[in-house]
Amino acid sequence: MTDGALLSQVAGGVPIGAPLAAATAAPHVTVRGLTKRFGKASIYERFDLDIPRGKLVSVFGPNGCGKSTLINIIAGLIPPDAGEILFDGKPLRAIKFGYVFQNYREALFPWLRSVDNIEYPLKLLKLPKAERRARVERLVAHLGVKIDLNRYPYEMSGGQQQLISIMRALVVEPEILFLDEPFSALDYEMTLFMREQLQRIFIETGTTTVLVSHDLEEAVYLADLVLLLSRGPAQIADYVDFDTPRPRNDATLSEKGFVATKAHCLAVFQREVRKG
Amino acid sequence: MKRALDPFLPVLGVLGLIALWYIAVWKQIVDPVLLPSPTDTFHAMYKGMAGGRLGFDFLMTVERTILSTVIAAAIAIPLGIFLGASERLYRSLEFVIDFFRSTPASAMFPLFLVLFGVGNTTKISVAAFGAALVILFNVSYGVMNARKTRLLAAKVMGASRLRVLTDVMLLESLPQTFVGLRNGVSLALVIVVVAEMFIGSTDGLGQRVFEAQQLFNMPDMYAAIFAAGALGYGLNLMFQLIERTFVHWSGK
Repeated sequence: MTDGALLSQVAGGVPIGAPLAAATAAPHVTVRGLTKRFGKASIYERFDLDIPRGKLVSVFGPNGCGKSTLINIIAGLIPPDAGEILFDGKPLRAIKFGYVFQNYREALFPWLRSVDNIEYPLKLLKLPKAERRARVERLVAHLGVKIDLNRYPYEMSGGQQQLISIMRALVVEPEILFLDEPFSALDYEMTLFMREQLQRIFIETGTTTVLVSHDLEEAVYLADLVLLLSRGPAQIADYVDFDTPRPRNDATLSEKGFVATKAHCLAVFQREVRKG
Repeated sequence: MKRALDPFLPVLGVLGLIALWYIAVWKQIVDPVLLPSPTDTFHAMYKGMAGGRLGFDFLMTVERTILSTVIAAAIAIPLGIFLGASERLYRSLEFVIDFFRSTPASAMFPLFLVLFGVGNTTKISVAAFGAALVILFNVSYGVMNARKTRLLAAKVMGASRLRVLTDVMLLESLPQTFVGLRNGVSLALVIVVVAEMFIGSTDGLGQRVFEAQQLFNMPDMYAAIFAAGALGYGLNLMFQLIERTFVHWSGK
């Protein structure tokens, strides 16, 4: 699929392989004319992107192509030089969103118990204590989390800490969730476990999710759509559908659909790497 | 069995030192006029601390050291947060702070004598001056070295600049603030004791050491030195305990 074909497909409002999309055909997030330079290096040059509602989009691409920069700009952590990013036509400040950092150790507040970490964004929203507690309890029940939240983050394993980070992002009931390589600081066993946790969370909440990953298997396994970026200035190299029904499991990894999609993504990735 | 004795290892050094001391006195390796026996010294210490002059002087030194540290902290902590929060401001003052931090506080005595006279105020203000610069430096660095990710995390959750400062920066700087407080109180004690020796003092541990030396009362002099040592160690320990209680996440 070429960029042009994809863009016209999105622009034409045709949902990208989405059973639920009929009710919500309009894209959730629209990025138009995004331009970003760091010094002389041009990272994005008039970049356009649509993110459909209720989908999990994985972002994958060569090193230094600006995967993280993209979600950092969309989430307002880095200002763009030019361009417009709208969420249902609204600017970022008008919506609720969650952001999960790669470095959970530095993203959580070690002076707060885990439960207070999760409550913190609700405190910023000035919700009363009882309401905050109730919301956290509801989230815990909803996700089926079985960790002692009265412990401090530094008393927990890496995976548990990242789960706390994700819960802190989810507690405000965000319209969109951003995750920047959330599992890359974890060991393999924990990564596999956390993938399942994230899939469960996504199935439970259906929140539009943008996941930056440096692991192609993970990117495809979790995604409804894999966004493959080219080297800078980054363009959409491909925007690949992966519609194997959820819940996916280990068997998914050896199914024909998965293997073919991953192989296709890898081919596109290598084509882009060689170009660089 | 070996492990069970581990907590008592520090005692070994103390016992070893006292044993060496006894041997030195017994064999007369050192002139007995210069080195009294441990028994005489501890007796002088007990007598002095239990209702004697030494106890009073000890409390005077404690009072001056604590007072100067409290004054230093009250000025340096808010100022350090303010300077640390705007790194460019700190950079423009960095040389001045480092210069006076590196200036021996004892060199400031004459100046402070001119300003405040020979009373208590001079001793406390020189000590506070020295301690304040150490605390200021540490607090500023604590604030400036706040983890960027943590500040971003608060910002991305919608915290205002003020909330980022009060909810994140302040707490991030606490471990480094305690480093500053511990160094500050140690420095304040040094300055207070020196001031008590030489700036027209009538009390305090420095005065006690100096007077005992002038009267050639060696057991009293050693007793006062040990009292000063115990005070320094105790103050450090106190701040460590406070830190461990309030900054439980330090180093984790």
